[in-house]
Formats: sequence, C-alpha cells, structure tokens
Amino acid sequence: MKTQINVCINGLERTDEVEPRLLLIHYLREVIGLKGPHIGCETSICGACTVALNGKTVKSCALLAVQADGQDIVTVEGLATNGQLHPVQEAFWNEHGLQCGFCTPGMLMTTRELIERNPEPTDEEIRHGLEGNLCRCTGYQHIVNAVKSAAAKVGG
Amino acid sequence: MIPQEFNYSRPGTVQEAVDLLADGEAKVLAGGMSLIPLMKLRLSAPEHVVDLGRIPDLSRITENGGSLHLGALLTHHQVATSALVQEKCPLIAETASHIGDAQVRNMGTLGGSAAHADPAADYPAALCALEAKVRLVRRDSERVVGIGDFFVDALTTAVEPEEIITELILPVEEAGTGVSYQKLRQPASGFAIVGVAARVRKDGGRVAMARVGVTGLAASAYRATGVEALLEGSEGSQADVAAAAAAVDEGIEAISDLHASSDYRRHVARVYTARAIQAAL
Repeated sequence: MKTQINVCINGLERTDEVEPRLLLIHYLREVIGLKGPHIGCETSICGACTVALNGKTVKSCALLAVQADGQDIVTVEGLATNGQLHPVQEAFWNEHGLQCGFCTPGMLMTTRELIERNPEPTDEEIRHGLEGNLCRCTGYQHIVNAVKSAAAKVGG
Repeated sequence: MIPQEFNYSRPGTVQEAVDLLADGEAKVLAGGMSLIPLMKLRLSAPEHVVDLGRIPDLSRITENGGSLHLGALLTHHQVATSALVQEKCPLIAETASHIGDAQVRNMGTLGGSAAHADPAADYPAALCALEAKVRLVRRDSERVVGIGDFFVDALTTAVEPEEIITELILPVEEAGTGVSYQKLRQPASGFAIVGVAARVRKDGGRVAMARVGVTGLAASAYRATGVEALLEGSEGSQADVAAAAAAVDEGIEAISDLHASSDYRRHVARVYTARAIQAAL
C-alpha cells in the first residue's frame, strides 16, 4: 500500500505516493531524478549518499522515504545558489579535495554540517567528523585541507 | 538491498504507539540505524513497522532528584552535546560521542541502540557501568527493569513485542566521580571490538566506588563486578588498576569473529579496562 509524503527538496515542495519500503536514496535518485547523492556501499558505511534532513546530515540509504515526510531535504544540488558555488564546494575545488569525485557529494554535505557545528576544527576533529565518509582516492589529506579552507572562508 | 514490503504506521503519542503494538506483531522503528540495514538484508522482515520518530514526549531530558531521565528517542548527537547530560551524567555523553559516525549520531537513538542490544554497541557498556534502569510501557501497564535484567543475550533484551522503551534512568554523578569510555574501534563500522566504561570515585586516598561496564567481549554487555571488587578499597595505584583489570574476563565466554579472536578480545579487554580506569581516576 502506498503512502503519501510531502517533502521540501532543495527549496521545492513535492508530493509523492511511495511504498513505505522505498529508501530515501532511491526516492531522491529515481523518483525525483536527483543523481547527486550517490549509492556507494548501500550498507550505511561509505557516506556517498549523505544528504541533509532538517539541516542534519544523514545517510539516505539507511532511511525510508516515509521517514522524511513533512521534512526539509537538501542534497548536493541544493548547495550552490544562483550559480555561485557554496564556500564548501569552492574550498574542495581550490584545495583539490577530490580525485574521482564519487564520494564528493557526501563529503560536501558532511563538511557543511561539520563547520557549522565547529567553525574552527582541528585536523583531528575534521578526521573524526568525516569518519562516516569514505574516500578511496585522496588519502584524505587534501580533503582535510579543503575542510579547513572552507571553515576559514565561512568563519572569515 | 530493498526491504520486504510492510505496512507503516507513524503514531503521534506513546498511547497510540502501544495500541498499535498490542497484538505483538509489529516491529518498532526508532532512528532506524540498526533496523533498516537488517531489513535491507532481509534478516528482519516485519509485516508492520511502527515508527516512533514523531513522538515529541520521547525526546525529553529531565532531572528528577538524583536521577537523569533520558527519552528513548534522543539521538546520540543530542545525548553527546546536551549541556545538562554532560554536566549530570558525563559518561553517557562521552560514550554517545564515540558511536558510529556523524550521520549515524544524527539519526540513531539511545532507546533504539539499547533495544537492538548489538554485542558490539557502545551504549551498553556505559549503561551497565551506570546501573541504568529502563522504563518499558505497554497498553495497560508499565515496568522499570534494571540493566542487569535488561540485556539477556546477543540482540536479545527483556523488551516484549508489545512494549516500547520510553526512557532510560541514569544516576546523577556525585561530585568527585571520574568517568571514561575507552574503545578499540572497528575502522569501517565504528563499532567496538571491545569497549570499556568506567566510573571511579576516591575518598581519603582510597577508591570508594568503582563501576565497570564492558561491551564487545561477550554476547551481551555486562558489569565487571570482579574488577570493581578488587579496585574498591585499594589506593588505585597503577599496580592496583592492572591487577583489577586482569579480572575483566573472569568467567566470561569471549566471542570471536572475523575482526578479532576471543583470545585477542580478552587481551584488549584487560588493556582497555586499565586505560578506562586510569582515565577515570
């Protein structure tokens, strides 16, 4: 039996009929057509599917779409405004915080929350904060640099 | 990785929730950090899921006499960052900050973790060391269960299918009590290979109170009463701590899996018990 959900995704209101078992990641990618959140491991480890639900980052492969009913969702597509990159995106670009880019949407979303909660994170705090996002290319050092740069940009 | 079909209910109050659970057939969904992965693997295939995620009463933090009452739906992030919890019961806040990763801490809940009773979960070590009590509510009655009777076995607790956990009741820490949670982290999942929670208070140069909870070593978390007995009354010297910590696996059947053998787990448990007690002293 399908259930009606109302959500606000990247500022746009949506109403859809979904099966309760539909995962949020599948709803975003296949129903809405937002391909920014990636399916990496699908076991809630890798964090490539990370989105913000009411401002809090969550792994959308470990959530049901019905749990997001009535809530506000931001995906990586919602970060840039009026063609202007979000400071976190710009920092990842400037600091080469990516190679293949598969983990990047999740990294960006988690970083946004990380620097919101801790405007001046240390290297150790950044690594702790990004434990839920795996990158198989960079070795993380450039990602840590990017997060620091983003924090300085937002804070300064 | 798609769960089996199920019916979904989202009650707005505790009463509605326990009415929906009264037939004993439904499964409770809190944050979903344990249940949804199990449903995706079809290790769990409930026909009816009752989502407690929108019951505001279950996310309260209240202090009552010498107790701190934590609503079952508080997320790990909320527990870790609440100023009141940090002040009154620092061990549970510290433990919460080590669970999983940032995304999991935003969704996963205190009650959900307790109810799932994963042998490698972090909270159970702290809950044992704190001698927590768990309030269980069903349609027509409620009961409070001590943590020693709550964790029954791996993935098994005293919670009946018609019941929900509404709150966990923890002691407000007395002044002068030191606490620490130390764990060896499984690098991919963040789960504990072994985790040890300690609370220690010294009085007049001697250890007046010691409580130690252990996760990851046995099928379910437990209080290491042998360690506590050796430590209490001692001066808490390095030698005292080492001697006490050596008792952490006495009488325990240590688990073994692809991450760690039982012998290795026993060794890690002794090392981390000593570290947790030292840090708490």
